[in-house]
Amino acid sequence: MIPAQFSYRRASTVDEALGLLAEHGEDAKLLAGGQSLLPLMKLRLAAPEVLVDLAAIDELRYVRLDGDEIAIGALSRHQDLNGDLVLAEHAPLLAHVAGFVGDLQIRHRGTIGGSLAHADSAADLPAAILASDGVLVVRGPSGERRIPAVEFFLGPFTTPLEPDELLTEIRVPRQTGLGWGFEKFTRRAIDWAIVGVAVVGRSVGLINMGGTPVRARATEEALASGASPAEAGALAAEDTSPVDEPHATAEYRRHLARVLTTRALTTAAA
Amino acid sequence: MRVTIQINGQPFSDEVEDRTLLVHFVRENAGLTGTNIGCDTTSCGACTVLLDGESVKSCTVLAAQADGHEVTTIEGMAGADGELHPLQRAFREQHGLQCGFCTPGMIMASASLLAHNPKPTRTEVREGLEGNLCRCTGYHNIVNAVMEASGQEVDR
Amino acid sequence: MSIVGTRVVRIEDQKLITQGGTYVDDLREEALTGAVHAMFVRSPIAHARISSIDTSAALVSPGVVAVYTLADVDLTPPAPTEAPVAQPWLADGVVRYVGEPVALVLAEERYQLPDAAELIDIDYDPLDAVASIDAALTDETVLFPEVGGNLLQTHGGPFDDNAFDACEVVVTQTIVNQRVAPAPLEVRGASCTWGEDGRLTVWLSTQNAQLARSAIAAGLGVGKEKVRVITPDVGGGFGAKIGADLEVVVLGWAAKRSGRSVRWTETRSENLTSMTHGRAQQNTVTIGGKRDGTVQAFRLDVIQDAGAYPRALFLPTLTELMATGVYRFPKIETRSRAVATNTTPIGAYRGAGRPEATAAIERAMDLFAAEIGKDPAEVRKVNFIGPDEFPYQSPTGANYDTGEYAKALDKALEAGGYAELRAEQARRREAGDPVVLGLGLAAYVEITGGDAGGESGRVDINPDGTVTAYTGSSPHGQGLDTTLTMLLSDQLGIPMDKITIRHGDTDEVPKAVGTFGSRSLQLGGSAVREAAGQVIDRARRLAADLLEASPDDLELNVEQGAWQVRGAPSSGVLTWSQLAAQVSEGELSADVWFGDGTPTFPFGAHLAVVEVDTETGKVVLKRIIAVDDAGPVVNPLAFQGQRHGGLGQGTAQALLEVMSYDPDGNPTTATLADYSFISATELPDFELVDMATPTTRNPLGVKGIGEAATIGSTPAVQNAVVDALAHLGVKHLDMPTTPIRVWQALEDARK
Repeated sequence: MIPAQFSYRRASTVDEALGLLAEHGEDAKLLAGGQSLLPLMKLRLAAPEVLVDLAAIDELRYVRLDGDEIAIGALSRHQDLNGDLVLAEHAPLLAHVAGFVGDLQIRHRGTIGGSLAHADSAADLPAAILASDGVLVVRGPSGERRIPAVEFFLGPFTTPLEPDELLTEIRVPRQTGLGWGFEKFTRRAIDWAIVGVAVVGRSVGLINMGGTPVRARATEEALASGASPAEAGALAAEDTSPVDEPHATAEYRRHLARVLTTRALTTAAA
Repeated sequence: MRVTIQINGQPFSDEVEDRTLLVHFVRENAGLTGTNIGCDTTSCGACTVLLDGESVKSCTVLAAQADGHEVTTIEGMAGADGELHPLQRAFREQHGLQCGFCTPGMIMASASLLAHNPKPTRTEVREGLEGNLCRCTGYHNIVNAVMEASGQEVDR
Repeated sequence: MSIVGTRVVRIEDQKLITQGGTYVDDLREEALTGAVHAMFVRSPIAHARISSIDTSAALVSPGVVAVYTLADVDLTPPAPTEAPVAQPWLADGVVRYVGEPVALVLAEERYQLPDAAELIDIDYDPLDAVASIDAALTDETVLFPEVGGNLLQTHGGPFDDNAFDACEVVVTQTIVNQRVAPAPLEVRGASCTWGEDGRLTVWLSTQNAQLARSAIAAGLGVGKEKVRVITPDVGGGFGAKIGADLEVVVLGWAAKRSGRSVRWTETRSENLTSMTHGRAQQNTVTIGGKRDGTVQAFRLDVIQDAGAYPRALFLPTLTELMATGVYRFPKIETRSRAVATNTTPIGAYRGAGRPEATAAIERAMDLFAAEIGKDPAEVRKVNFIGPDEFPYQSPTGANYDTGEYAKALDKALEAGGYAELRAEQARRREAGDPVVLGLGLAAYVEITGGDAGGESGRVDINPDGTVTAYTGSSPHGQGLDTTLTMLLSDQLGIPMDKITIRHGDTDEVPKAVGTFGSRSLQLGGSAVREAAGQVIDRARRLAADLLEASPDDLELNVEQGAWQVRGAPSSGVLTWSQLAAQVSEGELSADVWFGDGTPTFPFGAHLAVVEVDTETGKVVLKRIIAVDDAGPVVNPLAFQGQRHGGLGQGTAQALLEVMSYDPDGNPTTATLADYSFISATELPDFELVDMATPTTRNPLGVKGIGEAATIGSTPAVQNAVVDALAHLGVKHLDMPTTPIRVWQALEDARK
């Protein structure tokens, strides 16, 4: 399959990218690793007129400790994060989860910024960032703004990013010493999660339990009141609205959310 | 647009549509047909090549994105004197291929896997090749081949 | 020492691992320079009347050379063969499945095709869709009103109401053998060019060029001599690349009409809806017998979903033929019906009719064993056909050649450590472990070379002493070049590197059947062996003349590849090259047809070990132990490879794969992102156990191995999953045993 025609532009700096976005407006789409966008374009489910390639913006590919926070450049690739020592020490959940995205080839190209901006509820990293109380740093023509992850995932594939804005950095509080756990349930290793759970400390992010990644608030509240992993896990499906599909009914997804959350909490507590 | 890509150490330069996929540039513009196309959803891995030394699915990379970068395909794996790469030797020795269609992608993916993990366990090989599908072998001998190429004993 | 029976790495591989194969899309033949590219526009709707097709916008799209619909195609409509209806070249007013070709676009460049295809405006008036066997049987909507109903074929039956009267125990179960996609990694492709001599050359990804040539010539209404089919490297077939699909005839026609060479490669999404699917049966088994484990009566009632345009109605009757498997049952009844549905047509897929039979009987044996509370291994042993009963005429009409069914099962049980596994299973159950263990058995016999055709083989000793052999077989991954080379080298005493195997070009091999049904070695191999034998006979006489000895005194020294006088080595030797140099061209050549259509019957036993997470429903295949007996082995490397591949595909059907449709006939698994094609991560290492019982039906003593392991492994894994859950009240589970199915079954059992 072959994408519809478009014109390709390569940006080498954030300012250049913003300039191209300003020039082309809603006709343009940002291309980071392309591992979500290009498949959609090949199936002609997306057909932007202009693609602005960000891959050459080296300034956005980093992981660094910044006080009590970890700062992750939006163009860091999944494989970068999976092997990053700073991340492994201070936000081990994210390093771990990055190793589960797609397959090795996809992890060599795909970026954390691309994954978050794509805002697929079935993706792994959005729920992990949500559970990590992440903050997304966004640059636009009028400067920089910061959006907490809890306010970033508005709906299926929908975020507050404006067409002229660029996600540049993801910041998460240091998780040093906190327990964490991750469960991803699939039929095949390469499949999207039917349901997944990312736990760090007492925060719980759910994958594919609705149109967006969500926090399991009832579970978190129970944990705060001293509930056991099994007791708290049993509440994981509260207030969720998972998709009902023949291969994964909503009822089955709710069941999985409870089982997987209990397991992830047990791992985190160990 | 004009795209120049260093493929197997040799520059290939051509005028292409912006939407040209890397796999088509490799196959049509550079004339290297060893890299195959097996799907249209980034699922099968038949089109795997190395881009700047790391495995990627060349059906999901634009030629434009690879402009100015280095690509290695199956045709670039053997030495100039024809000496086979250890993976090529091991795939033959372990019967890690039958129809051969997945093989170039499988070998390139394995090369990248071994670059990250030079002595993988059999389970790690299976997990590392999750993005490469084969319909013929049941994967058993592919795992054998990667283990052998990594210098580990293989019990057939 | 003979090379036959030793592990030889393949001569095919050097090219495949260094530059890749030359598949259809890789061809850079001069005749294809400047060829146009072709793309079929396919129905997105399962059942609809086409009210209009407007191609005007597409015709002016950049690079477009032509857009054709059926109105343009001036060929005689395809003749119905085994079914009362045939699919038209392009849709004829009504579309009957998602994926049916409606129009053909030709464009100068590949990238221009989808742009143009999007501009073709087709108005569809949807009709109710028949998306399942149950829907077909109601006849509320009928695909072909001229036929009267959706039932296209009935065979066997009727059933005896009293068949099970004498039984102490009777169990009945309807078993779905789900629809799967063959999905060879190389999709379908073809290139066509008409020469100035008025002949059409087609390069085609096929399992048999000669059948393809016949189909193409018949479709185009020209003599066979006007068509040449060349098979380049083929990236897998699995039964779905037998012959030529009708698209290829349309491409040949389009090449003529447009005056251009034409290249075509489908997309994977097209492939998953437009290449034939396999299996798709709903089988009701009834099994009855005594509480001691003796089965007294078995009934198999097959319903074949044939898809929209039936083209393989031999499948359900083949399932009937193999219904009793490895067992001696006093009473057996079978019936099959085939129905049309608004889904992709069903064709052969690795095993083709036999996996369905084996799955039915092997599930039935487990159901029976569970009902009487006996170990499934013991119940099987009570009912096996004994080793002294061969040749065995089965009540369904098969004549089994040789077999040792109990021995095969014992080998599998021993290699797997069956008793210890049962103990481990009991321990886990006792401890309430949420991850339970399941053991599954399947004992099988299948039929190979069962198509009643033979195969061609020709051997030429060239003047320089090298050998060129031509086979009608058409290997596409099986390693037959190496296997035949080994056989010839062994027989002639000529080194492997002086032997060349040719196949797949109808000008070189005009008469042949090809590769399917695990027929190649037993028929193609035997043909080449017989041809070489004839060459040896001729050489003996010629060498005798030259050495001035009696032919009876001459012997072929295979160690040296030379003819010599027995007991008198000093009277001179003639190497093959010396002999070849001294005789007229063609004298050291033989062309034979081998085979009277008598099939062989490989058999074996598989033991699968699964773990099931009862909390999530996830099944993990931990081990599969396979005994596959197909007689003596020429190249253990290729033999094991065939078994591995069979295990991969067979277990995939049990665990994961299903081609699904919604109630409106829309496929829901039409990409490789949605279709659960199994990966390395879901499979264990395979454990193979050797056993070799020769057949008497060919000079090599060999049976086919291409499909055997597929046939055994599917029910072994399915039985293992049910076994894992048996103590929780689950009696049956249809395939694929996906997590939600398992979880649902456990939920139902808890209620």
